[in-house]
Parts: sequence; C-alpha cells; structure tokens
Amino acid sequence: MVLDARDISRALTRISHEILERNKGADDLVLLGIPRRGVPLAQRIAARISAVEGIEVPVGSLDITLYRDDLRMKPARALLPTEIPSGGIDGKVVVLVDDVLFSGRTIRSALDALGDVGRPQAVRLAVLVDRGHRELPIRADFVGKNLPTSLVERVSVRLAETDEIDAVSIDGPPEWSEA
Amino acid sequence: MKRHLLSAADLTRDDAMLVLKTAEELRSLADRPIKKLPALRGRTVVNLFFEDSTRTRISFEAAAKRLSADVINFSAKGSSLSKGESLKDTALTLEAMGADAVVVRHGASGAPHRLAHSGWVRSSVVNAGDGTHEHPTQALLDAFTMWRHLGKDGARSGDNLEGRRVAIVGDVLHSRVARSNALLLQTLGAEVTLVAPPTLFPVGIDTWGVETSYDLDAVLPKADVVMMLRVQRERMNASFFPTAREYSRRYGLDGKRMRALQDHTIVMHPGPMVRGMEITADVADSDRSVIVEQVTNGVAVRMAVLYLLLSGANGSDHHGEAPESETDA
Amino acid sequence: MSAYLIRAVSILGGDATDLLLHGGVVAAIGADLTATGDTGDTVEIDGTGLVALPGLVDLHTHLREPGREDAETVESGTQAAALGGFTAVHAMANTEPVADTAGVVEQVWRLGREAGYCDVYPIGAVTVGLQGQQLAELGAMADSAARVRVFSDDGKCVSDAVLMRRALEYVKAFDGVIAQHAQEPRLTEGAQMNEGELSGRLGLTGWPAVAEEAIIARDCLLTAHVGSRLHVCHVSTAGSVEIVRDAKRKGWNVTAEACPHHLLLTDDLAQTYDPIYKVNPPLRTAADGAALRAGLADGTIDIVATDHAPHPHEDKDCEWAAAAFGMLGLETALSIVQETMVDPGLLDWEGVADRMSYAPARIGRIADHGRPIEVGAPANVVLYDPAARRTVVASESASLSRNTPYAGMELPGRVVATFLRGTATVLDGKLQ
Repeated sequence: MVLDARDISRALTRISHEILERNKGADDLVLLGIPRRGVPLAQRIAARISAVEGIEVPVGSLDITLYRDDLRMKPARALLPTEIPSGGIDGKVVVLVDDVLFSGRTIRSALDALGDVGRPQAVRLAVLVDRGHRELPIRADFVGKNLPTSLVERVSVRLAETDEIDAVSIDGPPEWSEA
Repeated sequence: MKRHLLSAADLTRDDAMLVLKTAEELRSLADRPIKKLPALRGRTVVNLFFEDSTRTRISFEAAAKRLSADVINFSAKGSSLSKGESLKDTALTLEAMGADAVVVRHGASGAPHRLAHSGWVRSSVVNAGDGTHEHPTQALLDAFTMWRHLGKDGARSGDNLEGRRVAIVGDVLHSRVARSNALLLQTLGAEVTLVAPPTLFPVGIDTWGVETSYDLDAVLPKADVVMMLRVQRERMNASFFPTAREYSRRYGLDGKRMRALQDHTIVMHPGPMVRGMEITADVADSDRSVIVEQVTNGVAVRMAVLYLLLSGANGSDHHGEAPESETDA
Repeated sequence: MSAYLIRAVSILGGDATDLLLHGGVVAAIGADLTATGDTGDTVEIDGTGLVALPGLVDLHTHLREPGREDAETVESGTQAAALGGFTAVHAMANTEPVADTAGVVEQVWRLGREAGYCDVYPIGAVTVGLQGQQLAELGAMADSAARVRVFSDDGKCVSDAVLMRRALEYVKAFDGVIAQHAQEPRLTEGAQMNEGELSGRLGLTGWPAVAEEAIIARDCLLTAHVGSRLHVCHVSTAGSVEIVRDAKRKGWNVTAEACPHHLLLTDDLAQTYDPIYKVNPPLRTAADGAALRAGLADGTIDIVATDHAPHPHEDKDCEWAAAAFGMLGLETALSIVQETMVDPGLLDWEGVADRMSYAPARIGRIADHGRPIEVGAPANVVLYDPAARRTVVASESASLSRNTPYAGMELPGRVVATFLRGTATVLDGKLQ
C-alpha cells in the first residue's frame, strides 16, 4: 500500500488549501469530479473548503465516456452521470478532480466535454495520484502524491464511498484475461 | 449487445437496462447549450426508409447527428415490393458507401433480418419497423418512458419494471409496436395485458406469455400503464370490426374510462394517433398523457442504441495497449 | 442400341438378381444371365447394393416453358428429372401462355419428346388463363396429340364451386381428373406462411390450414355428388389427410399427393426469413408432417409429387414477402422419401415404387410408365444406391434455377442410373 486513509485525508486537505490559495478564496469555484472516483474526491475537497471558508462550493460530475479517443477500439461502456451544478460553469473557475493522472487522455476528453457544457474562466486539475507516463502535454495543478510507476504496474485507488476502504496501492501486471 | 438490433428479443434484461440507463444520461443533453457529443465522429449512419415515417426518421436522424455521426437519408419508398432485388441492390450501394449502421424501415416483415443475415452488408442493422413484425426502438423508448415514470425510483423490486402492469390496447394483429413491447416488457419483468377484439389478435397469442382480454373496462383499473395502439379505419372494411363507432365505444380510451385509472397510471401512444378513434383528444392532452415525452425520449433512446451498437470493436482485442489505471484513458 | 446387363441388383429390395434391359423392354430377369448373343455391345453394370425401381413418375412438375425459360426449360427440367430417377413428368399448366389450349399442350409435349430425357405429359388448365371464370377447352386438350388427362389450375384454386362441379363432371367424358390446388382465396389473401404461433410472432400473414381443408372437403363432396375423379395436389395439413381418409373410406374416387418438402421440412424454417423456404402451400408444423408421413404410409396419400418449382435467383434473393413461392424438388425427391419414409420403416421399396411410380401413372392414365419390373415391360428403370450419402450443392443441379431448400443438407441415397425405354439417361449419376 502506498497511501492509507490518513495519507489520503492529508493529501486532500493540502489540495483544498492549495486550491483556495491559488484562487484567493472560494468565490466562483466549481468542482467537477470525473466518475467514478473523482466524484467522491471532489465532494471531500468541497467539504474541506466549506469547513475552512464557510462557503458551499458547487460540486458536480463530468462523464467523459463519449469524448474518449478509444471508443472505436473497445466495447461500448455504460455512461456515468454528468451533473453540472445549477449555476453552470460559464465564467467560473472549474477544478477537475480525478483519482489518477496517467496518459492524460482522460483529461483531454474532459476538456472537450467541458467545452460543450460552457465557457469557464479557467480550468484547473486536481488529482490524488500522478503516476507519470504522460502521452499528452497535460499537467496537474494540484497533486496529492507523485508516484513513479512502471508501465506494467497498475495503480489501484480505493475510496470508502465506492470501495469501502481508503487506500492507494501499486499492483503487478493485470491478468490478461481481463477484458 | 448483439451487433444488430432486429427484434426486442435480441435484448437481455441487462442489455435493455444498459440502453435505458445510457438513454437517461443522454437525455440530459437536451438541456445543454451544445446538443452534440463526439462519440460517433467519422461514423456513417444510413437511414434506409422504404416506408414513409417522418417521425421515426427524424428521431433517428437527430440521434445520429447528436452523436456527431454523418447521416445519409435514403428514401426508397415505392420500390420495395414492386421489385424485390431493390433491397439487395440498395444494400450493396450503402455498403459501397461505407455505412457503419443501417437503420431500416420496411413494409415487409423480416426485411431488416434479411439485410443483416444475407451477407449483403457488414454494417450493424437497426430495425426501425418492419411490416407487422417489430419495432424494437419504439419498445425501448416506451419502456424508457415507463421506467422514468414508474421504475427508476419507485420500483417495487429493483431498478426496473418488475411487476408493473401494462395494458396494450388495439390492433395487436397488425402492430409491430405491440410485438416488440410484449417481448421487451416481459424481459424487464412487467406484466403485459393485450386488449383487443378477438379479430385483432394473431393466432397463437396464447404462446406469447402475456395476458389477453377482450374487455378494456376490466383491465383499466389494474393498469399502471395504458398504451393505446393506432387503429386504421380501413380495418373495418376487412371486417375486423363493424364500424369505427363501435370500435371506439368498446376499445377507445375516453375521459370516462380515464377516470377509472389509478392516480399514478400513465397513458401512452406510439403515434400517429387517430383522435376520436382509439383515443379522445381530452385523454391525449391530459396530464396522464406522456405522448409528447415519448417523442423526446425517442431521440435519447436511439442515441443510446446507436452508441452501444457502434462504439467499440465487436469483440476485438485491446490493441495491445499498456495497462492503465481504471479511470485514466 | 445398347443392352444393359445389371448384375446382382435388388429389385424393389428383393434378393439380388441379374436384370437385362434390351430392345426397350425388360428382356430377362434371373440369376447369372448372359448377354444376348446378337448384340456385341452389352454394357454390364455392377448392381451390388443397388435397388432397382420402376422409373419414377411425377404428377406435379413446373417446367416453366413456354414463358419463363430463364427459370427452367423442358430440356433442363427433364434433365433434372432424369437425375432424380424420373422417366415421366407431368408439366403444370401455369406457363406463359397458359397451357389452356390444344396448341400449347402439344408444344410442351413435343418439346419433351425432343429433349428425350423423360416423357413429358402436359397438364391442361381447368379454366381459361387460370382465371377461374370459364372452362378451358378440356376436350380439345384430351383429344390432342398430348392426350391430356390431368387438368389443373395449379398455383390457383378453382374456388368457384359451380365451376369446380362442372369441371369434375365434364372430364368424365374422357376419364380425366381434376387436380385441385386447394386454397380458399379469401382466407389466404396476402398469405406468406403457415398460420400459427410463428406467423403471429414473425408478423407474416398466415395461411391457415382451414383454407386448404375447406376446399378439399367441398371438392370431395362435389366429386361424390357428380361421380367423378378428384386428385388433391400437395396436401399439407393433418386435417386434410383426415378428410381424404374419410372420403376414401366412403369409397369416393379421390386421390392425393404429398410433396417431399412437406414430408421433411417444417414452418420454423421461416424464422430465418430466407425465402428459400417460401412455398405454397407453406411448410407446416411437425405434427402436420407426421400426419402426412402416416397418410403416405397407409395409402391415404396415394403418391409423392415434387411440385418442382424453379425460380430465378432474383425472385428468391430478396425479402420474404417479395419472393416467389416454390422450391426445386426433382433431384432430391427419392432421397427425401428414403429419409422420411424408408429409413424410419414407414415404407418399403415396393411401397416407394407404388407411391412414386405405379400410382402416379395410374392417376395420370399413362400406360407406358409405372409398370412393375417384369419381363416384357417397358425398360423404364432407376438404379438407386440407398447406402450412399451426399451433401446437396445447389450449383450442381441440372435445373436452371438454384432454389433448393436442401443446399448444405446431407441426404441419403443416390440415383446411379435411369433408363427410359432401355436407353440410359443417367449412368453413374451423370446425365448421358
């Protein structure tokens, strides 16, 4: 295990403070989690910001499935919820939240998806883990933990909301039968 | 899901629920400023209509375009049965144009099946209504509409239509909508009762696994959904029923009958309606009526179907990609 | 003219014996025959394991000529017949022009003689142009060189009761027979397949059994009433078998035929929506097939007739509703009778000879065919290997058309040789 529940909690607290610092407060902030695990992470960050600033930050989710660049290569996937907060994102500072940053393709898809939803003043990226191996010119603004990995390894993020436990671990190569 | 959607029977319960849930996510697109998704960019969807059906065609067209597919509308009305070769020749033409999906409406039952299984085309075939056989996307949008009203949150058991009572009333014999709905709704666990005069039931209806009734008034109070089917006046010329008036009196849904429904019961119609025949205007325009919503839902459901059929290589491998974190791409 | 000496062949499944065909007749039967001294060119054939049957007679063939020579000609159709073991076929009247005059039936008859692969007996139309309005000149056709004895509007039903009565009465003058295509037209408007559970599910308009049975019942009663002779074409339902059985029990002069495809195939094939399985009357249920086989076994159904119906490719390579009705049958009939009747023990080879040769010749009133294999009889003989198995390949058919529903199917038996009046039309399974 690389990060346990307390590590994750500390990382999120730090990210929350960094967001507030960078944004000079919570005004005009919108947190959009990328399903699945980006969504509970966004909610946790929002809770921390609220505790510090006393302001409810709008939280939503942004599914990027239909914006993926590998749709033609893989079996169709079920769509996950997209919920844009009622205030929309026009002129807001949107912080995209995801669990792992890897190739960068998910974030590229998310930026495309965001463009179809509205025109934010700025888009920032917060991730719990950055494992490297970028394939696109994308970097995170807020990183919980930089985690150098080999390409054959698999980073597994588990969260209480989705997996009953908070933990980040590095596993060996996956079973090839997995489809 | 299978590669083609020819019959509602092609869908397992998981397949059908996947379509409904996908449609639910896609439905929200209508509320966004840009009503377009890039999912099928570069794909070509052909609407091959051998029969006039503007509403079904534009529904598929809107669905394909919202997913960024290129859409070719091919209207071949009148050439269908006069010379049978035309279906094949048309199919070969479409194949040559590189169609990824063919949405076909045809007056002959089984024409989409022929198209899919004759070796004429390699593309996915979606049945948009064939003769008196099936209309699976209509059944999906009907089920989606029911699910939104009755299934999603207030389901009695699970996240589907389990145990819901659906009455489908009218010309079952000639209705592809009735066939597809009877199949799909049973897959989703609903209890279906078909209501018609005996002349408008097909032979062998007892093997469909549905209830049947000749008595609309006995069925209405128990129904959660009442779906009225179009009844063409010409049917009375073939002695299926004596007069339009007698049909309406016995099988039409009017204000008086509507009052016998439970509070939550919704009224549906696949359209086009024959007002005054199977349904009166006050029912069609009432709060219970979800007929307009069915049209809206049609686009979302057809988007879901096209997305699920067309994205992804059919059972192909992962192209040797490196392993990756689950949510990263 | 060659003589053929067939060694150790089993006539109708009996003990092995030699069989000499010479001079157009069966010249000798017995053990260890020697070739006749006066002919130097006696061909010996090893008949070990082969069954000798009288040349088959088909009472129901569509040769399509004149008019649809793209689908079949008299020549190609009779070639297919010879390959199937037939030495005589009755050519249905629904040609273009319709065989409703002495001129047309004589033309078909002559084409058959010229082709030489088997004898062609034209069937005359009952009504002018098959229109069901007015009797055709039945007497002129009967008196013509074609000597027509079988009359049918096949493809259409003589549905008018008065017209049917008159036709039945009229043909008594020359010992003719009306072969009825029993299909009540109003009950079968737009009909596509057997009406039942499947037609309802597939959304194909049903062809109810009652539409056949009602006409057969009516025609049996008319036949009894006027004391004439009725033949029922392609009986397809269990109910029809019952009605014919009842008519025979009453002593009425009614005969009936069943088609190989109705003996073997069932309506569930329509689920493929492949019109190769579209035929009229339609494929029926498994229970109907069982009733037909039982009826054929006990003699209620007198004969097997092929209803060989060639159609060009484009008439089948399309959607079901647009496709033509009908399927090929001549080259596979004997194999299917073996598969459905002989192998299950419902019929022996004597029975096959009766249902496929003696009885159809008797109904058609033709003297030179359908005779037992005995010394002095015309040498119309087929040699058949029941132990062989083959996979049907559509493109190998001698027919100009390819609409066989059996393509890819493995069937028992093989026609080794066919002799028409002592001349081999087929040897070693190949046309001569």
